[in-house]
Amino acid sequence: MARDMSQPTDVAIAVNGLDHHFGTGEARKQAIFDVNLQVERGKLTILMGPSGSGKTTVLTLMGCLREVEEGSVNLLGTELNGATEAQLVGLRRRLGFIFQAHNLHESLTATQNVLMGLQVHGPGDQRKQIAAAHHMLALVGLEDRLDYLPGSLSGGQKQRVAVARALVSNPDVIFADEPTAALDKDSGRTVVEMLKALGQERGTTTVMVTHDNRILELADRIVTLEEGRLVRDEFPRRQTLTSAAVKET
Amino acid sequence: MTLLTGRLPIGWLQLAHSRTRLTAALAGVAFANILVFVQLGILGSLNDSTIAPYGLFEADIMISSVDANTLLDGSNVARVRLFQALAVPGVSDAAPLYIQNVEWSRPDGGTSTLQTVGLEPEAAAFIPSRLADVIPQLILPNTILLDSGTRGLAREALEGVTPSTPYRLELSGQTISAIGTVRIGGGFTADGSIYASDQTFLNLFQNRSSAAPNHILVNVDEGLDPDVVVARLQEALPTDVVKIGTKDDTAAADLAYQTTERPTGIIFGFGVIIGIIVGIVIVYQVLSTDVADHLREYATFKAMGYAQRFFLGIVLEEAVILAVLGFIPGVLISWGLYTGMAAATGLPLEMGIGRALSVLVGTILACVLSGVIATRRLAAADPADLF
Repeated sequence: MARDMSQPTDVAIAVNGLDHHFGTGEARKQAIFDVNLQVERGKLTILMGPSGSGKTTVLTLMGCLREVEEGSVNLLGTELNGATEAQLVGLRRRLGFIFQAHNLHESLTATQNVLMGLQVHGPGDQRKQIAAAHHMLALVGLEDRLDYLPGSLSGGQKQRVAVARALVSNPDVIFADEPTAALDKDSGRTVVEMLKALGQERGTTTVMVTHDNRILELADRIVTLEEGRLVRDEFPRRQTLTSAAVKET
Repeated sequence: MTLLTGRLPIGWLQLAHSRTRLTAALAGVAFANILVFVQLGILGSLNDSTIAPYGLFEADIMISSVDANTLLDGSNVARVRLFQALAVPGVSDAAPLYIQNVEWSRPDGGTSTLQTVGLEPEAAAFIPSRLADVIPQLILPNTILLDSGTRGLAREALEGVTPSTPYRLELSGQTISAIGTVRIGGGFTADGSIYASDQTFLNLFQNRSSAAPNHILVNVDEGLDPDVVVARLQEALPTDVVKIGTKDDTAAADLAYQTTERPTGIIFGFGVIIGIIVGIVIVYQVLSTDVADHLREYATFKAMGYAQRFFLGIVLEEAVILAVLGFIPGVLISWGLYTGMAAATGLPLEMGIGRALSVLVGTILACVLSGVIATRRLAAADPADLF
């Protein structure tokens, strides 16, 4: 896939002076205040913070799920502020999403749900696509659940189908919004470990929103938001804090 | 696994996934169809029953009184117009047509209004070919052809009726013999029809005179355009007293009068319009509910990079499936209702291919349009707002 070289190749997402408001008129309220963040390529970055801190908003702004109104988000070399619908559609195809609720299509089997992640790139050789979907489902340990509908899978299995759907087309960036919230401890950890292992193998950048302490130790970097502001930036896997972006308020 | 070329048939998979939802949606579409079919059937029965009596005679041109809107109303036409018409170049033949309603006290105690048509049995050119064999026998006094579809008349009453074994009935105090049958059926102004010779007609209606028929029927020379002769007749005859038009135009004007100037026609027309509007609203509800039910799933697809036309494709697929599958029970139930209503009223209610096809096409269009409108909400929203 062609890459835009307008920014350092080790930065997948550059956020500068990002503000965001919700509501209109009297009810208009600022939710995000001047967030600056550079997400490194190939790393697992976790966004933390109490509920209402704006972490999911930042994630959806970076992931083309919400229109960027003030400030700048540069995703894979494309500026999202003022991007056209066609640009957004093109970018979304280079991303993988995992949501809090698995968001699988209830009428499609596990294999068909994963196929949806492939067919977004256009119709192709059906047999190859099905083989790729089956391979991906086997990687997340669901080789014996290929033709199950989501309704007959457990919560952890559904989330693993969602992981397979997000990863099957080798996205550049994976966005995960509290992927373990609906899961018990073991299946939650399994899903994140799987995500991290598969991501590292492919050099995928992963941005994950969570307030699940059980999975923090897997992170390369932990960014904390409070009341719409970035308040802490930690790199637990490097022994010392090296980032200059640390701001204590 | 159902895999079609290109992409998964998501519309169909979605519909097939929930039986209850599909059943409810199909019931909605079918009900909208039934609503429109019933209204069209009622309006159609007015149209058909208005036109049906015109099938009792043949003519290229009809001369009627200027104040006549239908076969039955308006003043009579002086017989002298017949001779004036015959003098016009291009006119090959002319004959008087008599029409009047008569009350028949049936043997079972009920009353039927019979629209009696009187025409000279010798006027072969004006007699429909299907009646050509039996009409000459009407030369016998007080013999008629009775409408086998007459409201109130038992269906088997006219079985086996022949000139030698007639069905006898009492009309205007005289015993009349039905020696054969025609099939016209009841309408909104009469319960059935009688076909008689002019002499029998004048005998039944003593106050009528052979000098003043209701209409003059005119045929033109072979190969001549009736419109040309209509223009010549308008030159030759006093158009402040009579109006002249081709038979088709006269029938069409009658129909237009019945449907746009008579209360029944206007009400039935409103019924059709209301039926169509309510039908469209129901179909829109079905489609927009379906889109709303799947909005989360569509938002996920949108987040994955599917463009708007992908969702349009799904919804159009669903729209066509719902329209076609809903139409099948809709048309079958309507057909049953037509049969029941026709039996109860004696009105001509038939499920014509043309009507069925236009309702099917209309249903598909309404479903597709509703689907397009229902997906617009998806186009405008950020995916993040839809989860």
